[in-house]
Amino acid sequence: MDSLIKKICAGDVRLASRLIRDIEDKIPEAKAKIKKLYAHTGKSFIVGITGAPGAGKSTLTDALITELRKKNKTVGVLAVDPTSPFTGGAILGDRIRMQKHAEDEGVFVRSLATRGALGGLSQAAGDAIHVMEAMGKDIIIVETVGIGQQEIDIINHAHSVVVVLVPGMGDEIQTMKAGLMEIADVFVVNKANRPGANQLQTELSSMLNLASKNGAGWQPPIVMVGDAFEPAAFTEKTAELAQKIEEHYRYLRESGKLTERMHRKALAEINDALSFCLLEPIIEELTATGKLEHFAEKIKSRQADPYSVAEEIAKTFFVKQDKK
Amino acid sequence: MYFSKKMLETSSTLTKKWEEEVKKALKNNHDQKERFTTVSDMEIKRLYAPEDIKDVDFEKDIGVPGEYPYLRGNQVTGYRGRYWTFRMFSGMGSAQDTNRRWHMLLREGQTGLSTAFDFPTLMGYDSDSPKSLGEVGKCGVAIDTLEDFLALLEGIPLDKVTTSMTINPPATVLWAMYCAAAQIKGAPLAKIGGTIQNDMLKEFIAQKTFMCPPEPSVKLISDTVEFGAKHVPNWNTISISGYHIREAGSTAVQELAFTLRDGIEYVEDVIRRKKMPVDEFAPRLSFFFNSHIDFFEEICKMRAARRMWAKIMRERFKAKDPRSLWLRFHTQTAGCSLTAQQPYNNVVRTTVQALAAVLGGTQSLHTNSLDEVLCLPSEHAVEIALRTQQILAEETGVANTIDPLAGSYFIESLTNEMEEKAWEYIHKIDEMGGMIAAIEKGFPQMEISEAAYRFQRQLDAGEKIMVGVNKYSTDSTHPIPLVDIDEKVGEEQIKRLKDVRRRRDNRAAKKSLDNIKNACKKGENVMPCCIEAVKNLVSLQEICDVYREVYGEYKDPGLY
Amino acid sequence: MPERKIRVMVAKPGLDGHDRGARVLARCFRDAGFEVVYTGCHQTPEQIVAAAIQEDVDLVGLSCLSGAHRALFPKVVELLHGKGADDITVIGGGIIPEQDFQLLYDAGIKAIFTPGASLESIVEWIRTNIKPH
Repeated sequence: MDSLIKKICAGDVRLASRLIRDIEDKIPEAKAKIKKLYAHTGKSFIVGITGAPGAGKSTLTDALITELRKKNKTVGVLAVDPTSPFTGGAILGDRIRMQKHAEDEGVFVRSLATRGALGGLSQAAGDAIHVMEAMGKDIIIVETVGIGQQEIDIINHAHSVVVVLVPGMGDEIQTMKAGLMEIADVFVVNKANRPGANQLQTELSSMLNLASKNGAGWQPPIVMVGDAFEPAAFTEKTAELAQKIEEHYRYLRESGKLTERMHRKALAEINDALSFCLLEPIIEELTATGKLEHFAEKIKSRQADPYSVAEEIAKTFFVKQDKK
Repeated sequence: MYFSKKMLETSSTLTKKWEEEVKKALKNNHDQKERFTTVSDMEIKRLYAPEDIKDVDFEKDIGVPGEYPYLRGNQVTGYRGRYWTFRMFSGMGSAQDTNRRWHMLLREGQTGLSTAFDFPTLMGYDSDSPKSLGEVGKCGVAIDTLEDFLALLEGIPLDKVTTSMTINPPATVLWAMYCAAAQIKGAPLAKIGGTIQNDMLKEFIAQKTFMCPPEPSVKLISDTVEFGAKHVPNWNTISISGYHIREAGSTAVQELAFTLRDGIEYVEDVIRRKKMPVDEFAPRLSFFFNSHIDFFEEICKMRAARRMWAKIMRERFKAKDPRSLWLRFHTQTAGCSLTAQQPYNNVVRTTVQALAAVLGGTQSLHTNSLDEVLCLPSEHAVEIALRTQQILAEETGVANTIDPLAGSYFIESLTNEMEEKAWEYIHKIDEMGGMIAAIEKGFPQMEISEAAYRFQRQLDAGEKIMVGVNKYSTDSTHPIPLVDIDEKVGEEQIKRLKDVRRRRDNRAAKKSLDNIKNACKKGENVMPCCIEAVKNLVSLQEICDVYREVYGEYKDPGLY
Repeated sequence: MPERKIRVMVAKPGLDGHDRGARVLARCFRDAGFEVVYTGCHQTPEQIVAAAIQEDVDLVGLSCLSGAHRALFPKVVELLHGKGADDITVIGGGIIPEQDFQLLYDAGIKAIFTPGASLESIVEWIRTNIKPH
């Protein structure tokens, strides 16, 4: 296995992508591999990009890749698309907008399907980030699904979060509802050539001003990005975006906030791992033995309540663990 | 009111009686299926009666040929003075190969030329670009420089034959080559006639042959419209095309609606950008429709299109010149309806579709060859396809009278229904802020994808039938000879191109490219610079690279 | 052992933009429960291969209607081989005359589907022949 770890750390795309696949498919050996890799992670800067579908997240990611490559930074991208709840299938169409970087060895784009996860990412996202970190990517961009749900999983994984809004979509209200105001480190008003862009900018600034009275520190900038089809202006604006993101990273490091975020990330990782190591095996076993159905029936007929059932399950399971 | 009250009453009584009889009959004999639909999945009634068209206003909605709303045709004399143009889309291999095929077609009675370019040419790449690997001369003729173009037109009387060119992103360049060739051969621009397809919106929507983003693409189109109106008055500078929309899987109504809405977008752009009065350029806008396998639906689509365009031009754009109100169109039979299985059946399909186009009143027609689903058409297959048109025109008598199906309860009712549904789409796109905005949202693309997917599912389920594919299939085959383009065509083409680059005056070439770049940057009309550039043997890609540099490059945004 | 999800890529090499078939297939594969990477029109073989490896797909389905399949399909297989990714299966579709089938099979294309092939038959082929890595 150590040669595999070595190869991934040396940037082997094929093995890295395969490992991400194993994580997605929940192959037991994958966990062991991540354990070994973990020592090599933690050095990348992780940027989350979130916003409604059609907001232009992939196009912005593509432009950010271009900017980062100009500075010779290596880039990993995780692009998350929704899994159909009806068929379990997914169309992973984000990378289409990044295909011009396909042959650039400094760029690794990997698409993930949500596979039932609701927070805007996939369960495998955390470990997929670890794999890319181990590969030594300087920057990892994580693009969320953007179905407009509570897409706040991203704060547990990213150092900086970019929230993309488009004028005329009622985004500002959605943004507040979805709690995106709180998680945004940088705002993008995309397609800013459209009517309503200035109004959106004004509304955002006033909301931000209200918020910032509570404390000093980072004031999320608003970057106005115009039509991607006007190459010169678009490039200028996306360069500005890249710069704002970098400034935020610098701020995190200098203010000590980075440690805070790393701490938050660590807690979230423990949470995920607990769920993976404890909860999921229990559910799996209960499903396999048919007990899950049995408990469900009992709860349905009010012979039991969910808490008592959980306690009963916990008891049996932890006794079993002790015996081992 | 179109019918007397008495007649409607009688009709209503009789129809009710008939309905009772149907109910009785159905008790013993069920229909073969539950739904009876067109190929576009529009539901068709068992019977149409006077009630279905009782609200039709004869003068306002039907009228006579040559009069508003032109439902029955633009020309007062119909096909009696002149049949539609027999125009076979053709191009393959080198310019010389295609020129040979053109002469053969003209000898056999074709009355207009139509050029198929290979994919590198269509996309604005030279034959020696790495992107052109395996594509040179395959799907059409390879053109890199004016020398190729002159070879293509060798022996063709440009002042007598009109030529259509299916070219979109680099339309300015290929048209510049045609104009330059005409000047070199001594045919004045005011005398030459033809068509460039030059319809980028449907490329973004359906055919995906694109180069620059929508906005500058439309700008280049407006340049050609302006140049044409001023210098090449007999040229159709856009062929606003539903054909490819339909081939991509749209319904007939979508084809109708998206095509006309594209037309609106172009008219608006020319008026806004070039400050030209509508009647100065609108008469040279032409259209291009698909003739699919559902016979009546196609006829109604073409009739509705004529009436709708007349309304659009008169009401929306206040056009006065009757020629601005005319929807003149070329038709091609539906490539996507043909089958690789039992290919000889394709002759029958094409015949039915060609008949629909004639009854729909087309001005020009391409009939697909039976082998086009497999390869480029063989000489024999093209001949059968051309003969199909000649038989329709000269043997069957269908061209004797104008719009012979008018007044049919079914035809008028279906025409109205399709028009109504198409207006709904047009209004929806208006609300979105126009076609470019709708394209950016992926609206027409998604509508078409849905329709294509639905049709494929229906085909798989046996609800729609393609003979030889999902019904009446057989293992016995009657193979047909296939045309194969030699890989050497590409090599030789590259050699020719390299030779031109060596021979030409490179300083003049560079200078004319700079001129194009300046025109682009200043928003000036690029056509004069393009003509000068191609005369200096600047290649197609060299010009297109300037466009890509200044305007940016459009990439497939994929699914929505 | 948890069930492996089939991952496929639908790609259009070359310059033709006739993506009706590719789009219908992408939809159909999703409905069959696969994860589908769609890379859009006008892709070079190099881009397709890089994407296939980065996405760790089991299968690449190539669609080409321009007649360039003879050059482009084998190129994709060859490039995959060069990257040690022979385990990625390549199939093709589009306007491909029967006389070219052998050439493509010899080049390593595992199956060819031409117009008229039902969606079901393609999905069935994948289910039978693709065992996820």
